[in-house]
Amino acid sequence: MTGSVAAITHTIAAPSIEWSLLSPLVLVFAAATVGVLVEAFAPRDLRRALHIAISLGGLAGAFVLTIVVAHSHIFAGGKPGVVAAVGAVAVDKPTLFIQGTILVLAFVSVLLIAESSHDAFAAQAAAVPGSAAEREGLLAGLTHTEVYPLTLFSVGGMLLFPAANDLLTMFIALEVLSLPLYLLCGLARRRRLLSQEAAMKYFLLGAFSSAFFLFGVAMLYGYSGSVQLAAIATAAQSGVGSATLLYAGIALLGIGLLFKIGAIPFANWKPDVYQGSPTPVTALMASCTLVSAFGALLRVFYVAFGQLTWDWRPVMWGVAILTMLVGSIVAITQTDVKRLLAYSSIAQAGYVLTGVIAANTAGLSGSMFYLAAYGIATIGAFAIVTLVRDQTGEAAHLSSWAGLGKRSPLVAGLFALFLITFAGIPLTSGFTSKFAVFRAAIQGGALPLVIIGVISSAILAFPYVRVIVLMFFSDPAPDGPVVVRPSGFTSAAVAVGAAATLVLGIIPQPLLNIANHAASHLFVR
Amino acid sequence: MTGLAVGTLRAASTPPATLPATGVEHVAWLLLVFPLAGAAILLLGGKRTNAWGHLVGVAMPVAAFCVGVAMFVQMLGQPASDRVRSMTIYQWVIVSRFRVPMGIRIDPLSICFVLLITGVGSLIHIFAVGYMSHDPERRRFFGYMNLFVAAMLLLVIANNYLGLYAGWEGVGLASYLLIGFWQYKPAAAVAAKKAFIANRVGDVGLSLAIMLMFTTFGSVTFSGVFHEAPKASHEVITAIGLLLLLGACGKSAQVPLQSWLLDAMEGPTPVSALIHAATMVTAGVYLIVRSGPIFNLSPGARLAVAIVGAVTLLFGAIIGCAKDDIKKALAGSTMSQIGYMMLAAGLGPAGYVFAIAHLLAHGFFKAGMFLGAGSVKHEMNDEVDMRRFGGLDKIMPVTFVTFLLGYLAIIGVPPLSGFFTKDPIIDAAFAKGGTSGALLGTAALLGAGITAFYMTRVMFMTFAGERRWEADQHPHEVPPVMTSPMVVLAIGSVAAGGFLILGNRLLNFLGPITGVPPTSHGIWTKAGLAALVLVAVGMVIAWALYGRRPVPATAPAGNPVTVAARKDLYGDAVNESLLMRPGQWLTRLSVFFDNKGIDALVNTVAATFGGTSGRMRRVENGFVRSYALSMLVGAVLLVGALLLVKL
Amino acid sequence: MGHYVPILILAALATVFAVFSIIAGALAGPKRWNRAKLESYECGIEPTRQPAGIRFPVKYYLTAMLFIIFDIEIIFLYPWAVYFDKLGVFGLVEMVTFIATVLVAYVYVWRRGGLEWD
Repeated sequence: MTGSVAAITHTIAAPSIEWSLLSPLVLVFAAATVGVLVEAFAPRDLRRALHIAISLGGLAGAFVLTIVVAHSHIFAGGKPGVVAAVGAVAVDKPTLFIQGTILVLAFVSVLLIAESSHDAFAAQAAAVPGSAAEREGLLAGLTHTEVYPLTLFSVGGMLLFPAANDLLTMFIALEVLSLPLYLLCGLARRRRLLSQEAAMKYFLLGAFSSAFFLFGVAMLYGYSGSVQLAAIATAAQSGVGSATLLYAGIALLGIGLLFKIGAIPFANWKPDVYQGSPTPVTALMASCTLVSAFGALLRVFYVAFGQLTWDWRPVMWGVAILTMLVGSIVAITQTDVKRLLAYSSIAQAGYVLTGVIAANTAGLSGSMFYLAAYGIATIGAFAIVTLVRDQTGEAAHLSSWAGLGKRSPLVAGLFALFLITFAGIPLTSGFTSKFAVFRAAIQGGALPLVIIGVISSAILAFPYVRVIVLMFFSDPAPDGPVVVRPSGFTSAAVAVGAAATLVLGIIPQPLLNIANHAASHLFVR
Repeated sequence: MTGLAVGTLRAASTPPATLPATGVEHVAWLLLVFPLAGAAILLLGGKRTNAWGHLVGVAMPVAAFCVGVAMFVQMLGQPASDRVRSMTIYQWVIVSRFRVPMGIRIDPLSICFVLLITGVGSLIHIFAVGYMSHDPERRRFFGYMNLFVAAMLLLVIANNYLGLYAGWEGVGLASYLLIGFWQYKPAAAVAAKKAFIANRVGDVGLSLAIMLMFTTFGSVTFSGVFHEAPKASHEVITAIGLLLLLGACGKSAQVPLQSWLLDAMEGPTPVSALIHAATMVTAGVYLIVRSGPIFNLSPGARLAVAIVGAVTLLFGAIIGCAKDDIKKALAGSTMSQIGYMMLAAGLGPAGYVFAIAHLLAHGFFKAGMFLGAGSVKHEMNDEVDMRRFGGLDKIMPVTFVTFLLGYLAIIGVPPLSGFFTKDPIIDAAFAKGGTSGALLGTAALLGAGITAFYMTRVMFMTFAGERRWEADQHPHEVPPVMTSPMVVLAIGSVAAGGFLILGNRLLNFLGPITGVPPTSHGIWTKAGLAALVLVAVGMVIAWALYGRRPVPATAPAGNPVTVAARKDLYGDAVNESLLMRPGQWLTRLSVFFDNKGIDALVNTVAATFGGTSGRMRRVENGFVRSYALSMLVGAVLLVGALLLVKL
Repeated sequence: MGHYVPILILAALATVFAVFSIIAGALAGPKRWNRAKLESYECGIEPTRQPAGIRFPVKYYLTAMLFIIFDIEIIFLYPWAVYFDKLGVFGLVEMVTFIATVLVAYVYVWRRGGLEWD
C-alpha cells in the first residue's frame, strides 16, 4: 500500500500476494460475497438454509485454514511469523491465535443468529416502526437474511484488524468491521426505536472515533514518514523528529482503538448499543469485536510503540483504572440485564488492559487467554438472555428474572455459572484468566493496578450475586417471563459456552500452553 | 508424661522432608471423588433419585471415611520422619515461570482433619436422614452436603495455597447454599447473603495473601513457600500473616467479621452442626496452623491472631449468655470456642497442637450438642426459644444425656474432653509471659467462667424446670437413626480430649509438623485450677438465676449488657457503619454516575468552556452529543497527559 | 516560512472581505422584513410542510451512491489501463476480481428492486 508512490515514476512491478497465507481471510470474504449473491438470486424460502450453510461452512473452513497456515508456514519454518502482501499484513503466532479465537467465537455467534424459534431480526428494517408497512412485513413472515453476509463481512474485517501491519490497512479493516455492525445494530425485531437509536449512536460515535484514529495516523506519518508499524518503531527508536507529533499520534491512535474496546472515557456507547441491538449481534460485538480490537491494540502498542512503553504506560494506567472502577461501580445499579452485561464488559476490558500494560510475553499470553475465555462465556450469557421472554420479546428488566431458578433451574443455573465466571470465582475460566493477566501485570511492575483490579472485581461480584439471589431466592412474579424452548442452534451455543467456562477453569493448561506458545516471540515486525 | 519423646522432638528442629505418596495414599484422590460423585448424582439425577438419594448421600462420606482410616493406619506404621506425603495429580496452571501442580498432601495435620470431616460428617449425614425425612427436598440437601464435604476435604488435603483457596471458596458456596436451603424463608435468604458477603471480605484477604506469596516466593505450594519464607523480609511476612488472618476471620467468624455466624443458624440444624460448628468454621484455625512456618517468623502477626482470638472468645461468650434461641446460644459458644483455638494458634508452636486438640474435641461435643438441639427443635415443632422449653429431661432421655455429656465437656469438667484441651490453652497463654501473656491468659480464664454460665443456662432452660410448651406440642424421643449419631458423638465428647492429650499422643503425632511447646504442661496447672473455680462460680450463678426460680416465658428487660448481647454486641451495627453505609454511599454515587455522572462530568467541563452544555442539553436528543463531548474531553485529557508525561 | 506569507495574506484578505461585506450589508442596507424574506430559501415559492411520519423517497440518494461507486471504479481503472502492460496477468486478474465484487453489490441492488423507480 505504501512505498509505491516513489516507485511509480520508475518501474512498477506486480506486487506479490501470498494467497496461501491470506487464505482464511479470503475464504471469509468470499463466503460473504457468495452470501450477497444468495440474497440476490436464491428463492426466499431457501435463503436462510443456504446462508447458514455458507456462513458456518466459511467460518469453519477459515478456522481449519488458520490451523493449516500456522502449521505449514509458521511452525514448519520455525519462524515467529512472516509479513505478507507487501508489508500490509503480518501473519505471526499471536495473530493466528487471535484470528482462531475470533473464528470460533464468530461460529458460535452465528449459531445464535441462526436461531429460528424466536426471530431476533426485523421483518423490514426500512419500515417506520409501528407503521402499516411494518405490520405487512411481519404478517408476510419476512425477515432480514442479509444479517449473514453482513456478519461475515464484519468478521472478515475483524480478522484483518489485528493482522494489519500498517496503519492504513488497519484503518480499512476497522471500517470493514464497523460498517456492517452499524447496520446489524439497527435490525432488532422488537423495540425497533431503541434499536435504531442504538445503530445511530454507534454510527455517529464510531465515525467520531475513526476520525481520531485517522488523525493519529496522519500525525504518525508526519513523524516517521511511513505508516508501517515497523518503520514507526524504528523512527521512534532513533528519536529524531518532533516528539509532539509522535505523542499526539500515539494518543489519537490510542483513542480510536480504546473506543472499539470500550475503555472509559470512550465507552458511553456500549450500554446503549448493547441494549438496543438484537441480542445475537450484541453477543457478536461483545466477543469477536472485543477480541479483534484488543488484537489491534496489542499489535500497535507492542510493535509500533514497544520502545516507548515507559511513556505511554502512565496514561494507560489511568485509563485502565478508570475503566475497571467505573465499569464495576456503575454496574451495581443496572436494572436491565443487557446493560448490566455491557458495564460488566467495560470492566472486563479494564482487566485485559492490565495485561496489555504489562508489555511482556506473559501479558500478551494472559490477555489472549482472557479474551478467548471471556468471549465464549459472554456469548453463552447473551444466549441465555435471548431465551427468557415475555410478551414484549426478551424480558430485559431484571425484576422479571425474579424466581427464574424455580421455573427453569437449568437456564438460571447456567446463567449463574456465567455470572460466576465473570466474577472470577475459582474453578471457572474467569478465575484462571484474571489470574493470568494480574500475574503478568505484577511481573510488569503494576501491583497497584492489580490491587485496584481485585477491588473492582469484588465490587463487580455484587451485582452478579444480586442477580443470582434474585433468580434463586425470590418468588417469581405471576405474569413473569417464560423460558422458550430453543432449537439446537442456541442450545449448542449455550452448551459450548458453559463447557468452555468449566473446562478452562478446571483444566486451563492446554489453552494456556497454546497462548504461551503463541506469545513467546511477541509480534513479528 | 513421656518427656523423653517430646524432648527428642524439641531437638529435631528441621521439618520432615516431603516424600512421594505410597501405598493407599495413591488413591487419596478418592477422598474427593466419592463426595463429588455423590453431589453429582444427587444434583444432576433430579427427582428420579428422590427414593434412594439420601442413602447415596450417606454412603459417600462413609466411603471417604474408610479411605481416611486406611491412610491413617498406614501412616501410623511409618516412622515420624516419613509421614509427610505429597502427590501431584496434574499440572493445574503452567504459565511460563509460574507452575501450580494440583496435588494432595497427606501429613499428620491433614489426616486429623480428614478423619474429623469424614467421621463427624458421616454421623451428621446419618442424623440428617431422620431429621430431614419430612422435607420434600431432602435429596437436594444431601447433594449440597456432599458438595460441602468434597470442598472441605480439598481445602485440607491440597498441597498448595491455590488448591486450598479453591476448597475455601467451595465450602463458602456450599455454606451459602445450605444456609439458604429453606430459601422461601426471607430470613434464610438474607442470612445466606450476609454469610456470603462477610466471607467475600475475608476472601479478599486470602487471595491477596496468595498473590503476595507468589510475588515474594515465586511459588504457592506449601513446601515451596515454607522453604523460601525465612529469606523474605520481615515486613512482607507480617503482611502475608495479617492477610491470612483476615481470611481466617471471615471463614471462622472472628471479630470483626463475626456477625454472619449467628444468622447462619437459619439453615437446617445438621448444617449448623457440620458446617457452622465442627468443620468449616474451623478452617481459619487450619489456615493459621498450616501456615505456621510463616507465623513463626512474625511475632507481630502471631500477636494479632492471639488478640483476635481472645477478643472473640469473650465476645462470643457474652453473646451466648443472652440468647434465648438455643441454636444462637450454641452459635455464640462456637464463636467463643474458635476464639480459644485462634488464641492458641496465635501463641505459635507453644499452642498449635492445643489449638488442633481443642478443635478436634470441639468437633465432637459441639456437633453432638447441635444434633441434640436439632432433635429438640424437631420434636417441638421447630420452636427454638428456650423460654418455651423446659422439663425435657424425662421425655427425651437419650438427647438429654448426650447433651449433658457435651455440656460437661465444653465447660471443662474433668475428666471430659474440654478439661484436657481448654486448660492447656489457658496455661500456654499465661506461659507466654509479659503483659500480653497475662492479658490473654486472663481473657481465656474469664471466658471459661462465662462459658460455664451460659451453657448451664442452656441446660436449665431446656431440660430442667417446669414444662413451658404450647398445648399442641407433643415431644418424645427421636428415632434411633437420630439418637445413634448423638451417642457416638457423646462418647467422643467424653473421651477425645483425654485420648489426645494423655501420653502426649497428639503432640507426638503432630509435633514434627507444627513444632512442640517449649515447656511441658502438666494435667493440673494453676491456671487450670483457677479455671475450675471460675467454672463452678459460673454454674452457681446460672443455677441461682435459672435453676432455682422459674424461667419467665417472655424475656425480661435486662440490664444494658444483656440488651447489647441480645443484639449480638452490635455486630450488625458495626457492619452497617463499616460495610453497609459505605456500600450504600457507593450505590448512591453510582446512581448519580449512571443518571448524570458521565454527562455531569462533561457538563462541568463544558460549562467552564463557556456554558455550552446548557444549550446542548436543550437539544431534543442530547445524548449522542454528550457522549461525543465526553469522548472529546477524554481525548483532550489523554493527549494532554501523554504530552505532559514526555515534554 | 517565507513561502507561506502570500498565502496567509490572501487568507487574511478573504476573511476581511467576507466579514466586511456582511457587516456593510447589515449596516447600509434598508430593512423591510416580510414573511418571504425570512424563509430559509428566499426564492419566491412558499415551502410546504411535510406531514410527519412520511419520509422522502431515497431513489436520488441511491442514484448518487451508485454514481460514486462507479466513479471510484473508474479511478482505479485509469492507472491500471496506463500500466496494463507492466502489471500483466496479475493486474488483469486483480481488476476482474475488483469489478466482479462491485458487480455483486450492483446485482444485489438490482435483484432486490432497488433500481425500480416506483
